[in-house]
Amino acid sequence: MSALATVVAELFPNGIAHYAVGGVLIGVGVAVIYLGTGISPGASTFLESTLSYVSTRERFAQQRFLASRDWRIVFTVGIVVGAAVYAIAFQGGAWITEVQPWRLFAGGVLIGIGTRLGKGCTSGHGVCGVGSRSGTSILNVAIFMAVAIGVAQLLLAIGVTP
Amino acid sequence: MSDDRHPLFMPLVGVGGLIFGFGLAISEMARPEVVLSFLQLSDLGLLFVMGGAAAVTGMLFAILPRTDRRAPLTGRAYARRLKTMDNNVVYGGAIFGVGWGLSGICPGAAYASLGIGNWPILWGVAGMFVGAYVQGYVRSRPTDAGGDVTAAD
Repeated sequence: MSALATVVAELFPNGIAHYAVGGVLIGVGVAVIYLGTGISPGASTFLESTLSYVSTRERFAQQRFLASRDWRIVFTVGIVVGAAVYAIAFQGGAWITEVQPWRLFAGGVLIGIGTRLGKGCTSGHGVCGVGSRSGTSILNVAIFMAVAIGVAQLLLAIGVTP
Repeated sequence: MSDDRHPLFMPLVGVGGLIFGFGLAISEMARPEVVLSFLQLSDLGLLFVMGGAAAVTGMLFAILPRTDRRAPLTGRAYARRLKTMDNNVVYGGAIFGVGWGLSGICPGAAYASLGIGNWPILWGVAGMFVGAYVQGYVRSRPTDAGGDVTAAD
């Protein structure tokens, strides 16, 4: 028993409660929108649907982006405000990352390309698609998870920190 | 833009976003360091974030599409989230994976990260718009006859 407890403590040094509660709430947020509207919201489509306001390129001017761009802004603002409510109530002020800006920016560019090419991100494929037992989504998640673990390990090994 | 939308449509989307963002903040997935510690396999707690969320949506998608009910605010039939399979799903997943492993951020978590006061995340969000624009620009070329046709999500 104590050996098991040691393994668990090593794999989950910060416990699991806040992770599980947060995950369920993410699911509930999706559920509220899905139950009311029948829409499975993902977070990355916002990038392209919002670009349709400023670009007439055919990729952005698709009807599905034009028709959803306004509520996707509301969804995104809701995410920002919901996190801010948590920060104000429980976090005691702003929290600032120490991850270097070049990593955030370069990672962001690849995320912008990859999520739109791959038809979804951690929420669209990871939460809605996996919840739908979609083979496409499960494959996409398995690939991005494996690649991300490899890249993070590589950076750790060559000493890029934070 | 749609005048025929139900008056509760936008408020409901906003409330859903609030809960979604609150959950991302509690789970600490809004902190790139926490995501990176998962990817470095030093704290596997993030499995419970994705697992907890997928458990909730899994129940929804298992039950509602089997009924003949329609969503009250839109009249849409309840459907599972299914995307067509092609090579882009593989390439896109791999490119996203490199970005996620490099930065520890993803789109939803980045928006939430801004909410918890993490202003340097704007570098990441700006990068995402640049990336989304570049792929859209390239894929809009007249030579790109196919484009891609996927169901609206």
